[in-house]
Amino acid sequence: MSWDVYANVVIGGILTGLVYGLMALGLSVIFGVVRVVNFAHGEMMMVAMYLAVLGCGTWGVDPLWLMLPLAALMFVLGYALQSLLVHPFMTRPDHAQFMLLVAVGMILTNGALILFGPDARGVQVDYALDSFEFGPLLIDKVRLYAALAALAVAAALFGFFRLSATGKAIRACADNYRGALVVGLDVRRLFALTFGCGTACVGAAGAMLVLLGDVTPSLGPAYTLLAFVIVIVGGLGSMAGALVAGVLIGVSEALAGLILVPSMKSMVSFGLLILVLLFRPQGLLGRSA
Amino acid sequence: MNSLVSALPGRRRAGLILALGLLLAAPWVAGPYLLSVLVLALYYAYVGQAWNVMMGFAGQLSLGHALYVGLGAYVSATLYLHAGLGPWAGVPIAAAVSAAAGAVIGFLAFRFGIGGVYFALLTIAFAEFTRIGFEHVDWLGGAGGLFLPVVERGHLDIVDLRGGPRLFYYVLLALTVAALWLCHRLRTSRIGYYWLAIREDPEAAQALGIDLFRYRVLAAAISAAMASVAGSVAAFYYNSLTPADSFGSAKSIEIILGPLVGGLGTLIGPILGAFVLTGLGEALRALLDVTGHQVPGATQLFYGLVLLLVIKYLPGGIWPGLARHLGLGNRVG
Repeated sequence: MSWDVYANVVIGGILTGLVYGLMALGLSVIFGVVRVVNFAHGEMMMVAMYLAVLGCGTWGVDPLWLMLPLAALMFVLGYALQSLLVHPFMTRPDHAQFMLLVAVGMILTNGALILFGPDARGVQVDYALDSFEFGPLLIDKVRLYAALAALAVAAALFGFFRLSATGKAIRACADNYRGALVVGLDVRRLFALTFGCGTACVGAAGAMLVLLGDVTPSLGPAYTLLAFVIVIVGGLGSMAGALVAGVLIGVSEALAGLILVPSMKSMVSFGLLILVLLFRPQGLLGRSA
Repeated sequence: MNSLVSALPGRRRAGLILALGLLLAAPWVAGPYLLSVLVLALYYAYVGQAWNVMMGFAGQLSLGHALYVGLGAYVSATLYLHAGLGPWAGVPIAAAVSAAAGAVIGFLAFRFGIGGVYFALLTIAFAEFTRIGFEHVDWLGGAGGLFLPVVERGHLDIVDLRGGPRLFYYVLLALTVAALWLCHRLRTSRIGYYWLAIREDPEAAQALGIDLFRYRVLAAAISAAMASVAGSVAAFYYNSLTPADSFGSAKSIEIILGPLVGGLGTLIGPILGAFVLTGLGEALRALLDVTGHQVPGATQLFYGLVLLLVIKYLPGGIWPGLARHLGLGNRVG
């Protein structure tokens, strides 16, 4: 195989990886601030993808136009989930939190199975097969648009946390929970907001991912694991780390699909997760604990 | 067994003997459908008990226990198919393989001080890694799976563990009782008290001179070996195994539902939880069938709801409260 095959696969991997990175960013934000490990992350992603498919089918629009409405809807769901269900678990043992979200994941997966059936659903856009040509390089239009949208959403989130007063208050809660309570921050509302921001990332990423592949109810656990792999490789709680690791995982899965067989590509991610957990648990970009 | 029964106060002893009597008689009363449900309940009771050793006793959350069950199934089935080695020889070998896998994962994780969510994810990662790996080994049947020769109805061969549901019912009942006895012995032994100390406060346990690393690895190995036997028996019962069903994350979750709902860290909890969940799940399925609805996913949705409600409102599971209510003592599960 000549080099341009590899170059095209790497570019595809980078673009897909940015969308993965946005999804993982949601997980990272939720963990970094709320200290809750969202074991239902992939299942929420699957729900967002179904909503995108339904929206496109109903109104016949491009899924990318649904990105913001979906993000808003998932924000509301995440906000409600955190303030109603997860918040009372903040003082409970870790495993009780995990199991609560595992239960939420089971309900979402099987709810989707009952509502939509086991068959794969997808969206067709008229530019699905188009690509930009740069000499020997071919860049898929859908991938490029999805990746640019992912970068824009990530930048907006980054700006929100860095620049707005609410974002600053949220970071204060993450840095010092007790201190935040002492200075009178409404921690419960801020945690719910953060959880909502995390699920909003998932909503936006879901609208992009339906362009790259079909959705089935059983996709959830695989996406949850993918998000964990990315977040742990990048360092739990590190926002930039999630995007960088998303690209890294996207490229390594794409190359594994080319060099080995496509069905073995997840093995590379899980292998990477095992190695990072064993030798650098704080992640590639994370600070050591 | 005697020590377990005689150590109990009167009401508990009577309750245990009554339950055992009912379970022994059940296959002669139950029809084929009910018998298959009971086999399933016993399977989850046993495998839940195995997981409970690691999480309930030693406090190490494994979300990838399907790995050990799947290894047990694949090793004993492969030995039977390719080496002609019957289950009585194959099951111990399979248990040793799973115990070694549990010990290696425990060794790696606990040596590097990995705990909490990181340990849980590591166990999922190993199980998923193995699942995809097995899907690409043609010698093991690949993604399509491995099949054992099916025997004709009525055939009973205890040496090769070939027979009908009734045989497997009694095998699983014996395993469940043996696991209950083993867990009782473990829990009241020095090791059990060390585990309890490690679960409740690792730092204090270490300060008292308990070797955290050694006893955590030991819990992982014992739990993995026990889980392995369930996999072997299930392989010979169903005669087919695929990597997705054997090692998948859904399987790992199914394993832990019983102990979580019944009562984490108790002896009766995993058994009670498995019977309650399997019973209610099958009742729901039967109810939907009768009303003419085929709803795939309905029982799993129901399990998710039960898990959510139990975690929220009964954090200790069903058994501790029930035991107190029945006057069966609340000191030990």
